[in-house]
Amino acid sequence: MENYYEREKGSLTVVMPREIDHHQANQLRVETDMLIEAYHVRHLVFDFSKTEFMDSSGIGVIIGRCKNLGYQGGEVSAKNLNDRIQKIFLVSGLQKIIKVEEN
Amino acid sequence: MQNRNQMKLEFDARSVNEGFARMAVAAFIAEENPTLDEISDIKTAVSEAVTNAIIHGYDDPEQKVAVICKIEGRNVEIVVEDKGKGIADVKTAMEPFYTTRPELERSGMGFAFMEAFMDEVQVISAPGEGTKVIMRKKIGA
Ligand SMILES: Nc1ncnc2c1ncn2[C@@H]1O[C@H](COP(=O)(O)OP(=O)(O)O)[C@@H](O)[C@H]1O
Ligand SMILES: [Mg+2]
Repeated sequence: MENYYEREKGSLTVVMPREIDHHQANQLRVETDMLIEAYHVRHLVFDFSKTEFMDSSGIGVIIGRCKNLGYQGGEVSAKNLNDRIQKIFLVSGLQKIIKVEEN
Repeated sequence: MQNRNQMKLEFDARSVNEGFARMAVAAFIAEENPTLDEISDIKTAVSEAVTNAIIHGYDDPEQKVAVICKIEGRNVEIVVEDKGKGIADVKTAMEPFYTTRPELERSGMGFAFMEAFMDEVQVISAPGEGTKVIMRKKIGA
């Protein structure tokens, strides 16, 4: 994981990598799940400020975390989407599934 | 005179090559002065098709994936080909959210992305013979 921080107890922000594809997705998934457990995360925030590329493999990772946290009554949101990531969210319908914080 | 150019790449079915394939195609089409948005669209579509060949087409990473990119004037054609398992029902496979690998957290959005970001997507596939994805996009239109 490149970077992450706890804003308040149970709320963890994960800074997403520069490129998110199938090759990157596995590591991202494993590390995010480790952090969710270690920090008892109830609110997970994906920060896209560094992300220049994401394909549908990234969608899979995000939806997977939504499901897992959802079962435990937690929530997932996203922030700092550039135009490209916004387009990816729109095409995939992700913006209807997770909350996108205003920049 | 309109520009004509063509290239072919062949590489192992290893996930590390997904980034290589989309960067190589982006570099190849750069000569045609595509917009940043067009480059991103094409990179996403290439990434989807190559990832599918690697994940769904093959089990053995020594098998080869081919990417052919043709430029004719403002028309870009990209072919991504594997000689792997193939797809029995292409129409169903192309439906959004359809995936045969939910255990890998696949979203089933790959073909939907290719169709959203390219002008035209054609899939030729047969079980046991492999899959050929032909994608076209007009740039600078
Ligand atoms: N090159 C391929 N070889 C074999 N099967 C494929 C190939 N590409 C796609 N498929 C099939 O089509 C389905 C849908 O593909 P896609 O829309 O990219 O979703 P995902 O990759 O998330 O499963 C895959 O789950 C797989 O069954
Ligand atoms: Mg796919």
